[in-house]
Amino acid sequence: MIHILWVVPLLPFAGFAVNGLLGARVLPRKVVGWIACAAVLASFVIALGAVSGLGHLPESTPPGLVVDHEAHRVTQTLYEWIPLGPGKDGHTVSVAWSYVLDPLSAVMLLVVTGVGLLIHLYSIGYMEHEDRAGFARFFAYLNLFMGMMLVLVLGGSLPVLFVGWEGVGLCSYLLIGFWYDRMFDAKAGMSVADAGRKAFLVNRIGDTGFILGTLLLLSALGTMEIQGILKGVPGLSAGMATAAALLLFVGVCGKSAQIPLYVWLPDAMAGPTPVSALIHAATMVTAGVYVLARLAGLYVASPVAMTVVAVTGGLTALVAATLGVAQTDIKKVLAYSTVSQLGYMVLAAGVGAFGASVFHLMTHAFFKALLFLGAGSVIHALSGEQDIMKMGGLRRRLPWTHATFLIGTLALAGVPPLAGFFSKDEILWSALTGRGGNLVLWLAGVLTAGLTAFYMTRLYMLTFAGPSRLTHEAEHHLHESPMVMLLPLILLAIGSAFAGLVGVPHFLGGDAVPNLFEHWLEPVMPAVTGVATHGAAGAGEAAAPLSEWAAMIVALLASAAGIALGYTMYRNGPLPERPSLGVRLVRGRYFVDEAYDRLIVGPYRFLCRLGAALDARVVDGLVNAVGFVTDLTGEMLRLTQTGYVRNYALGFFGGTILILYYVLR
Amino acid sequence: MRIDFFLVMAALLFTIGCVGVLVRRNIIVMLMCIEIMLNAVNLTFIAFSHELQSMTGQVFALFVITVAACEAAVGLAIVLALYRRRRTTDADDASLLRW
Repeated sequence: MIHILWVVPLLPFAGFAVNGLLGARVLPRKVVGWIACAAVLASFVIALGAVSGLGHLPESTPPGLVVDHEAHRVTQTLYEWIPLGPGKDGHTVSVAWSYVLDPLSAVMLLVVTGVGLLIHLYSIGYMEHEDRAGFARFFAYLNLFMGMMLVLVLGGSLPVLFVGWEGVGLCSYLLIGFWYDRMFDAKAGMSVADAGRKAFLVNRIGDTGFILGTLLLLSALGTMEIQGILKGVPGLSAGMATAAALLLFVGVCGKSAQIPLYVWLPDAMAGPTPVSALIHAATMVTAGVYVLARLAGLYVASPVAMTVVAVTGGLTALVAATLGVAQTDIKKVLAYSTVSQLGYMVLAAGVGAFGASVFHLMTHAFFKALLFLGAGSVIHALSGEQDIMKMGGLRRRLPWTHATFLIGTLALAGVPPLAGFFSKDEILWSALTGRGGNLVLWLAGVLTAGLTAFYMTRLYMLTFAGPSRLTHEAEHHLHESPMVMLLPLILLAIGSAFAGLVGVPHFLGGDAVPNLFEHWLEPVMPAVTGVATHGAAGAGEAAAPLSEWAAMIVALLASAAGIALGYTMYRNGPLPERPSLGVRLVRGRYFVDEAYDRLIVGPYRFLCRLGAALDARVVDGLVNAVGFVTDLTGEMLRLTQTGYVRNYALGFFGGTILILYYVLR
Repeated sequence: MRIDFFLVMAALLFTIGCVGVLVRRNIIVMLMCIEIMLNAVNLTFIAFSHELQSMTGQVFALFVITVAACEAAVGLAIVLALYRRRRTTDADDASLLRW
């Protein structure tokens, strides 16, 4: 099915068109939901077929495809999109609309369509209380998002990728602001629409960097095709490679919510919970990590950029984890957790372990989507309550939600043999031994692992264990979610439990359990010197201060300590309020938003006011002056219009005489 | 006969008409003054026609008379209409088209 790859992004677009045009008025709700799901299901099936075809590519190339057997890469060029004319060396520069399927995009393709399908299904149940127009709008947006995300994943050149990149940003904005007439944070005066705008604007900053990076590569290499760029990297000067890599990394920071652009993601929780699961946990926010892996060859060429990436990732992981500890909104805990886990992925990319990064991306998609959907199930059951201080004791009342949520919690906390354990362990090991990896990065990672285990245990204990703190009203309406919501939870729980087994490190699995994931990605990953892969006797391993076993045990101990601490502290419900400085700092999100307000938004506003004054006074003044002079001239000339015929006649004769004088003179 | 006399006569007539248009306020008188000016021109045409022994001047004089007749008809109609509406033939009273 690899020759109909182009249909994969097209089907969700078709669903978007049908639901967007007909959904609100013509189609019944059931049909809207099923059209949306069917479109994604069809994409998933075709993607599955295409990816399975990638394993045994035919010798004879089907028409319209370019096959690279060595790299397991299939390129499908649909048409010439932007002909740019002759380049520096005389070659014609043009951008084709092409889709590329290789082991890396295959992983993303399956994660996006698979998790996306489950979340579409879940949304049918979650959005049942929406009115018909809202229901149709929601699924139309969701389908549009899927289409854009697939364009992003499959795009064979940076401009095509960028179309998807912007498209998912747009859908993110639309879906965060889905309930645009509600308040999100009444205390801060922030409406849901504001949250959407914030996400959009912060992403614009990143996108500017992305465009500049793309154009820089175009001017340096004369191509924007990803493969062309990677081929041209050895010819780049070190400064150029660093500049391009860092500019693109600005885009990555925006999309994947890294410091300093992470501030939008926690507020993105204003959207419906399936959106948070799909866009702000499993797929869109990982696009930045995907770009890092996609352009791995470029980043490897620049040690400076790699260091920046690694430090940013490590810092983000740690800072976000500390913020997750004190949140009281069930979704915000998960949001900070997502930022933190994205930090892990970026950290892995920064030390050259792109495989580990993508591996964690995949496992994270499973368990974080599961956790968000579980949180959604709780919120749904409590008729919209999101404050974990008003929950508790839901274990018996929501047995399925509880069981799946527990699996997700343990997977995220890194309990073996669940998915999170393997990917996190691989990242931590790379942080220690990868290129540029060191003890500090590793310790940041281990600390993050401990904090992650702690805040997830806290979240679990406050929500599901302990005494019930529900209001009577909520208690009365409490109900387990319908099957259409539970089925995705169960499937994702299975994924969260077992997805890690495809990437068992060699030192644990030996020859009996091969590291399938690493093997699968091998053709597309650049050889990074200094990265000791698990079990292989690399150069880095000899220099490592700890053995693999010891490193793993320390990380496990950190997780166990976090879980134990969370359990003992929150066994009997929430702690009494202690307004210490630390608590205030963390509650206030380190006042980063306030600092941005003062340092960036404030001066910008001042600049805007200055511009407005300039416009009103100087520009408008000039225009008004022209008008005034015209007016004045008219005022004076009107005095000659006396209405007396004699005056006109006098002018007439006088004029005639003057003319005669000049003619006859 | 010397043509000078005719030309001086015509110039005098034209000046009388011209001053009349400028200083008189009665529209009928102003129309009459315009007629005088036209006839001063006619006189010039005829004088030159005779002097140069050419018919062109006389033909032109006939055209001018025709135009003058039309002008008198239109002008008097306007005066009548003005008089009916405003009971006046004073040109200065009809000065509404002004600032």
